[in-house]
Amino acid sequence: MALHAPPRLERYADVPYEEKERLFQEVKADPRFPDYLYGCYECGICVAACPSARFYDFSPRKIAQTLAREDVELFYYQLNEDIWNCSQCFSCNRCPRGNSPGGLITLMREVAVRNGLRSAKEALEGYSRVIYKIMSTGTQVSPDMIQADAFPDWGPVAKETAENLDLWRRALPPETMHTTTTAWEVEDRTLAELYAIWYMTGTMDIIREVDEGLHMILCDVMEELLEEKGYAVAGGGE
Amino acid sequence: MVQGVGNSRVFRQDPDLPVPEDVRERVLELEAEGEWVVQRVPEPYAEVPTKYGRTKKVPLAHTWHHKSCGQCGHIPGYSTAIFWLHRKLGLEYDDPRDQTSCTGWNYYASATSNAAAQAAVAARNFAAAYESGYFPLIHCGTSYGHYKEVREELVKHGELRRQVRDILGKLGRPFVMPEEIVHYSEWVYAVRHEIAARRVHDCSEVVVTVHPACHYYKLVQGDAIYDPDIYGGQRTAVVTAVAQALGAQVRDYSTWFDCCGFGFRHILVQRDFTRSFAVGRKIEVMVEEAKPDVVLTHDTGCVTTLDKSQFAAQVHNRKVGVPVMSEAQFAALAMGAHPYRVCQLHWHAADYRPLLEKMGIDWREKWREFEDDLERIRRGEKEYLTWEDVDAEVPVRHFVPAS
Repeated sequence: MALHAPPRLERYADVPYEEKERLFQEVKADPRFPDYLYGCYECGICVAACPSARFYDFSPRKIAQTLAREDVELFYYQLNEDIWNCSQCFSCNRCPRGNSPGGLITLMREVAVRNGLRSAKEALEGYSRVIYKIMSTGTQVSPDMIQADAFPDWGPVAKETAENLDLWRRALPPETMHTTTTAWEVEDRTLAELYAIWYMTGTMDIIREVDEGLHMILCDVMEELLEEKGYAVAGGGE
Repeated sequence: MVQGVGNSRVFRQDPDLPVPEDVRERVLELEAEGEWVVQRVPEPYAEVPTKYGRTKKVPLAHTWHHKSCGQCGHIPGYSTAIFWLHRKLGLEYDDPRDQTSCTGWNYYASATSNAAAQAAVAARNFAAAYESGYFPLIHCGTSYGHYKEVREELVKHGELRRQVRDILGKLGRPFVMPEEIVHYSEWVYAVRHEIAARRVHDCSEVVVTVHPACHYYKLVQGDAIYDPDIYGGQRTAVVTAVAQALGAQVRDYSTWFDCCGFGFRHILVQRDFTRSFAVGRKIEVMVEEAKPDVVLTHDTGCVTTLDKSQFAAQVHNRKVGVPVMSEAQFAALAMGAHPYRVCQLHWHAADYRPLLEKMGIDWREKWREFEDDLERIRRGEKEYLTWEDVDAEVPVRHFVPAS
């Protein structure tokens, strides 16, 4: 019995080769690509170091080799089936050839998200609230995210934290950390600058591609503050 | 002395280690070419050894604290302990509100961003630090690693620099690159002997295992501290050197290189992976091979993952139940910091009380004191617990660095 089934490339047989090639070229065109891929000794050090390879049918070596060989069919399969298993710990940077399979996966994820692939949308299901938090508040997680029903596996401390949240936050000596909806207090000017960065770098367009509803909510929140702070926002979030 | 597995390991530095170029030289060249301003490390600073034998300047004071989302949000005693250590050494710092997350956690989790956005966020924070007059000290391992990556990208790619300069111009901010990118654990390493000199609790019976944080030393490796006296310079020396300076027994374990299982998106939406890896590849291995009283690490995600993942595993009778905290919290405890007012250990999941007892800290009395604080806040007698409340407990003993 084979422990690892070969990739079922036929799953994506209905996607035109040209489309797969287009996405491959988009990854390859990223200015960081040459810094992340030099070749492959096929030594497997990256796999041995990879936490995701221990848990999933996943191999950073295969990612590097597929891109090096320009195997467009396998690339498209990995783009949909493999990349979201990566832990992005960069243990694979141990590569003696100087590759960064984790970095390559970052680029592939960017392309998958930018092009609104269904697999990317599925991978990010349940994650939208975190994207909302980081983009709208400037801090990735907040104390009020700790709820017993969201983190039952964290034990009684999640429930206790949620029940005492406001009081426990007031009992923190740093003045910047009395917040419950953000990790620390962020100035409005600072936040407006962050919003402006999202708009000026096309990040809002990326969000629209993966989650239209989230894009609308973010635009509402951001445009109000941007206008208040004197930034001109073009229609549609550009 | 680190006790290896079976005390059989010998660590020697590899004399043939290939040495990559020093990106800091390019940073200064780009300043000379008028591309950006380099913010110099202010005096006083310590010079510490890094992976390829170069030295790195670590500012001791006048630091701009680039806070961490996960630390401030979910394990706030981590950040508080870092600030407290500065206060007790009499080293001034700035805790800014003009700071955003590096947004790296989200980037590594969802890729809903791009190189220009990530670089602009970093550069905006660097500009804010520069304009404050304080030098960035980065609390989060991912921010530190990510900013090092951003610096590499900005150095290599002129078009990216042009984009970021243009964005900063529209924000009315200068384009600044710090002379060094410095993680807080490097500051703790640099002042470890000063901390040890102020220790009030005995750590000699405390067995420590160390989890080195991936994004600290696996991303742009040349900046991380490697000390020939710690593991023969074969592993990063931060955290381990601090525990040793405090007199604790640091023990080795075979899966030290493995990540904690955080996974960025996994910790939030796919925790079966995170729990399994944290327990099976880290905590249980540590317990079997080293029997630690505490796991010390130096990053946000690692503390959260290794601490919070243990609860569910208890149901399956797995070998868990080890407290996890940052070396900053451990150092603060050893110096007499309050376990709740400062180290905020009630936010942690694994039972830390046996560790406190071993260190001679009366946690019951300390919890009673903290409950009194909470009651005063609840009754409206105090709005907040303040630094003034906490500072009075342990006197400041000024660290005066040699000039």
